[in-house]
Amino acid sequence: MLHYLARRLAASLLILLGVSIVTFGLTFMIPADPVAMIAGRNSTPQMRDNIRIQLGLDKPIPEQYARYLGRLVTGNLGMSYARKSEVGPLVVSRLPPTLLLMLGAIIAELLIGIPAGIYAATRRGRFADKAAMTLSFVSVSTPQFVLGLTLLYLFAYLWNWFPLGGYGKLSNLILPALTLGLAGGGWYSRMMRSSMIEVLRNDYIRTARAKGMSEWRVTMKHGFRNAILPIVAMIGLDVGIFMSGVVVVENVFGWPGIGQLMWQAIQSLDIPVIMGVTIVAACFIVLGNLIADLVSPLIDPRIRLR
Amino acid sequence: MKKLLISAVAALALLAAAPLAMADAPKQGGQATVTFNNDLTTLDPQVGYDWQNWSVIKSIFDGLMDYKPGTTELVPDLAESYTVSDDGLTYTFKLRDGVKFHNGRTMTSANVKYSFERAVNPATQSPGGGYFGMIAGYDDVVGGKATTLSGIETPDDKTVIFKLTRPDATFLHLMAINFGYVVPKEEVEKAGADWGKKPVGTGAFKFVEWVPGQSIKLERNKDYFRAGVPYLDGVTFEFGQDPTVAVLRLKKGEIDIVGDGIPPAQFAELMADPANKPLIAEGDQLHTGYVTMNVTQPPFDNVKVRQAVNMAINKDRIVRLINNRGVPASQALPPAMPGYNPDNKGYGYDPEGAKKLLAEAGVGEINTELYVMNVDPNPRIAQAIQQDLAAVGIKAEIRSLAQAEVIAAGGAGKAPMIWSGGMAWIADFPDPANFYYGILGCAGAVEGGWNWSRYCNKALDERATKADAMVKDNQKDARITEWKAIFDDVLKDAPWAPIFNEKRFTYHSERLGGDATLFTDPIHIPVNYDYIYARDAQ
Repeated sequence: MLHYLARRLAASLLILLGVSIVTFGLTFMIPADPVAMIAGRNSTPQMRDNIRIQLGLDKPIPEQYARYLGRLVTGNLGMSYARKSEVGPLVVSRLPPTLLLMLGAIIAELLIGIPAGIYAATRRGRFADKAAMTLSFVSVSTPQFVLGLTLLYLFAYLWNWFPLGGYGKLSNLILPALTLGLAGGGWYSRMMRSSMIEVLRNDYIRTARAKGMSEWRVTMKHGFRNAILPIVAMIGLDVGIFMSGVVVVENVFGWPGIGQLMWQAIQSLDIPVIMGVTIVAACFIVLGNLIADLVSPLIDPRIRLR
Repeated sequence: MKKLLISAVAALALLAAAPLAMADAPKQGGQATVTFNNDLTTLDPQVGYDWQNWSVIKSIFDGLMDYKPGTTELVPDLAESYTVSDDGLTYTFKLRDGVKFHNGRTMTSANVKYSFERAVNPATQSPGGGYFGMIAGYDDVVGGKATTLSGIETPDDKTVIFKLTRPDATFLHLMAINFGYVVPKEEVEKAGADWGKKPVGTGAFKFVEWVPGQSIKLERNKDYFRAGVPYLDGVTFEFGQDPTVAVLRLKKGEIDIVGDGIPPAQFAELMADPANKPLIAEGDQLHTGYVTMNVTQPPFDNVKVRQAVNMAINKDRIVRLINNRGVPASQALPPAMPGYNPDNKGYGYDPEGAKKLLAEAGVGEINTELYVMNVDPNPRIAQAIQQDLAAVGIKAEIRSLAQAEVIAAGGAGKAPMIWSGGMAWIADFPDPANFYYGILGCAGAVEGGWNWSRYCNKALDERATKADAMVKDNQKDARITEWKAIFDDVLKDAPWAPIFNEKRFTYHSERLGGDATLFTDPIHIPVNYDYIYARDAQ
């Protein structure tokens, strides 16, 4: 186990190094000049040169990367071009809302996906099953900005159930968490359904039924506990999926997390912020995958870590 | 006689209406909430240069000069008075008495000097430092040979003397621009890298709090040197508010101003409702949308081709495409700008004439590219231009890119044609010179510059410099006449096809009062927060 953990951690560090190279490389492939954005439209060539030198952008690219990596290992993410303040504290200050939103989305997708999946599995082939699976298909395919704006218009503007965006209270969280989690809910309902159908075919289920156990108890006690395993293992992977979703959802709902920060940084070509958010997001994705792998053997003894 | 009678009746009616108008006089008190999609980047006046923070900074800080609210008329602000030497090279400002920073300290001439030096110092990375190039000692500071401007003298606490290296008629405008706003040195140094988040100025509003990504709160500066303003007790800016959602929130009475303006998709619907009429302020802004044509490469090195493009584009149709949120442009300068020539009608829509000019030019088949920023409505506008050009035989492929990428392509001189929407050009100050040097003069026609046509007419540059040397009061009219002539000549050379002058529409709640010009202030973009008021203030 410890050996496995050490190997996985080393691999994770390599992945993060790769991410740093790719994000750094990408910033040089963008056909735009950050210096021109900083210097503004009244700048002279001399002013632009001054800024280029101050930012170290006049140095050869390998040297720039070495400096960047040197700062990165000490936890320094550099200075924002547009804000002229440090990127590290900026990203950290925006992390809690994003993590809260993800937690909300995970709860939302489980609350939607698991009951829907069980219900569909127990009514396999009937109308309820088909309706649930069609809905799950719709929820997986709806773009998040469409879903978010629709929910806002209906539940916040027309019916006044929730506030129109914003941050701070539980009521602010529900609609964005639903928007972010609905697609996952649809996905999980399909997984839960197939997993449940498979479990319900087993001999021990037949035995339980033969004992005269009620169908509800058979489904929940013997079926559910076994069918839920693959889903628990998936939750860690959701972090990665959500990281891309938060950029859209946070912007629709005015949620002050790193997705919103990322979007604004892209618009103003604030490269240190773009790189900072990417690195931090990558850390969480790697962490999520690691947790998913570590949790699997705990809930399913058939899986061994080697 | 009948006419006289009518006007007498009208006058009486006006008199009768006067008490009613009085009832709606500005009141002290109340709050306003403004939404923006993006969090502000900074409130550092020497650095902030986008249209969200521009007028927030104006409310927190002051400069030596300012404009009458809602107009483009220059007036002294932190300066009480000023004198200009006969040669136009020395400006002496007397500062107002008893102006205090929000930290309670009295503002002095040393702060003024420090602030300009801060703007010019390369370490500040100010996007506006280049505006102060006429102040003596500028080159030394930018070149790193000095940190103080030798051209600014402070003989006593109340006097600031600027020595210039060339006479410049725009100098007083530059004394009103954000980059020259006065900051207290001790607060800047204390805050260090966080100065942009903890601004301390002398302005109408005092900074209270900034919750990153969420909100900024300002409160009324009780010690503001102008008695009676601001009217509001406080202004809250909320961020991360999609304009589409913000419009819904305004309808529900949760917010007061949609800071980003009305989204194109909701514009027609909001304007169609008569109940919204008093809530939507409409105003001119110092903006021109134009298509640049790169004069250094074929086919646009041929003036006939450029003129043909001007005649090929149906500007009226494009104005309809943007829901009439603008007026067709005849020339580079917008109508509200001094130097605009109402007698110059520009190139009318004439596809047949365009075809004839193209035949005369004899350049054969034209295949070119039109760069455009990829945010609505700009791609739609580019498509309309593309169709118009195709109708006269010019094939233009559209390159729809992110803002920074279009700016880079323009600065590199790579783009044959660029539609300026979403990037350029709204004047920083209301003077024709601001529409020339950077975007039509030789100074901007360099690598990384904003003169995307690369149009460089040395004779015009000389005339522009001469015009700006006319700094005396009695030369004002002659100077504007000369600028008019310069822009007429630019139009003959047709490095641009001017398309339209955008109007500004600000949607605000019923509880906010103030003249429409305050909600579409040409200087305090988008809104002059210092002079609007809450009708429900107690």
